[in-house]
Amino acid sequence: MKAVIAENISKQYNGKPAVEKVSFEVDEGEIFGLIGPDGAGKTSIFRILTTLLLPDGGSAQVHHWDVVKDWRAIRNAVGYMPGKFSLYQDLTVEENLHFFATVFNTSIQENYHLIEEIYVQLEPFKNRRAGKLSGGMKQKLALCCALIHKPKVLFLDEPTTGVDPVSRREFWEMLKKLKQQNISIVVSTPYMDEASMCDRIASIQSGSILSIDTPQYLVKNYGNQLFKVKANDRYRLLEVLKSVPSTKSYAFGEYAHISVEKGHQMEASEIRQHLHQNGLTGVEIGDAEVTIEDCFINLLH
Amino acid sequence: MEEVVIQADKLTKKFGDFTAVDAITFQVRKGEIFGFLGANGAGKTTAMRMLCGLSVPTSGEAKVAGFDIYKETESIKKNIGYMSQKFSLYEDLTVVENIRFFGGIYGLTNEQIKNKTQQLIERLGLTSVQKQLVVDLPLGWKQKLSFSIAIIHQPKIVFLDEPTGGVDPLTRRQFWELIYEAAHNGITVFVTTHYMDEAEYCDRLSIMVDGRIKALDTPKNLKAEFEVESMDEVFYKLARQATRAE
Repeated sequence: MKAVIAENISKQYNGKPAVEKVSFEVDEGEIFGLIGPDGAGKTSIFRILTTLLLPDGGSAQVHHWDVVKDWRAIRNAVGYMPGKFSLYQDLTVEENLHFFATVFNTSIQENYHLIEEIYVQLEPFKNRRAGKLSGGMKQKLALCCALIHKPKVLFLDEPTTGVDPVSRREFWEMLKKLKQQNISIVVSTPYMDEASMCDRIASIQSGSILSIDTPQYLVKNYGNQLFKVKANDRYRLLEVLKSVPSTKSYAFGEYAHISVEKGHQMEASEIRQHLHQNGLTGVEIGDAEVTIEDCFINLLH
Repeated sequence: MEEVVIQADKLTKKFGDFTAVDAITFQVRKGEIFGFLGANGAGKTTAMRMLCGLSVPTSGEAKVAGFDIYKETESIKKNIGYMSQKFSLYEDLTVVENIRFFGGIYGLTNEQIKNKTQQLIERLGLTSVQKQLVVDLPLGWKQKLSFSIAIIHQPKIVFLDEPTGGVDPLTRRQFWELIYEAAHNGITVFVTTHYMDEAEYCDRLSIMVDGRIKALDTPKNLKAEFEVESMDEVFYKLARQATRAE
């Protein structure tokens, strides 16, 4: 059974299209990533699939239930973590969890095994009000609350935005364990290292899906020549690289990456010469290993 | 000798018996891009608020742009720019109105405001949306506008608190081009981020763990010191040692 089937779903706000004929399927136990800039329509898709927003066109099913007709069943079977922190700020950690368990007609004890690993980190603060938690802790509590009724499908809208690298890593370790328990996960993120941890990713721009592929496929089929280069003056380097014809260049960690447009070929020596002519020193240049981030930058350009 | 624009000496902030910032000492030089890293709850925001003159230290000394953070907070505020993760723009004003408003706050003349508005709108490519309310702008545009406004009065230092959260890889890089440009023009940039590739873009970095500065050097030297390939691994090795919960 498919966890999610979306067929041509569309949504407009005041005549402006936010989601345009979006179709995709998510398999059971799959981690499916929605990747796209702010305003691309990701949140609208989440809200349609969690029955909080009616689509203007198309149809969608979550765990074989229809998002319009069977909203009640869907709400019982999915967990949703919205982008904005939406727990009760005035309730304590424990009260929030207890509240969500009760609403879904279950108890903390019944599904404690699902949240145990995260909740032990929250336990020392169980009497603290949710509004007083720091960013990383809020995310962990929100995940606990979304999991406490043992959902079949988990919808996570930018769960790690603003969270530090260590907490993000822990968060994704959790998601992998949930996947092993056959929980399907639809997740959006602006972090490209997280995109590469999904089984498949859909890239979205201006309400439409540009591609759906595995991260491995995207990297393998990048297609362009890609160089990495560094020099003593990074600001000047990026400025000078803008004038290399038929290329796009951008900062990439300690290097700059140079992507040669399709249909063109270039030697590292040509670029080195160009940089020297422009007075740059300490130039190091070589082939770069393609990452998911390069793939997305290429799509966005 | 290079001019020092931030000098912190055993700067400390306690809330009750909780020491949020624990005797941090460091210097930032003029025109430098200084990355201020740490896990959520490590004490970054508290430290930054003291440096901006928004919070009184419990003990220790610091000078920002030459002014004392106890006695000269008003002078500090005039000489710095500040952009936080929660936007400092007025969402129900238009792009042009926001520029005019902040220009006025920072004491620019009408003439200067007029010129700056023109310059900014052209530089950021906002011509088509200049009369739109800021609330309707995409996040990436808001961030760029917010940064440009934070340096509208040519401050000596600009403080950026997670300026690029939640945008796509291309927009983040366009934002960093603005940062480089500002640094190139002599504005010192003090920035916090959770993106470790952005940490690589800084001239020097400090990493805070449990309220203390545990590492401070160039990205290159830090990677060498910890014998790893990326800043992500440096951060992971250090932040994992944290004992205090958030």
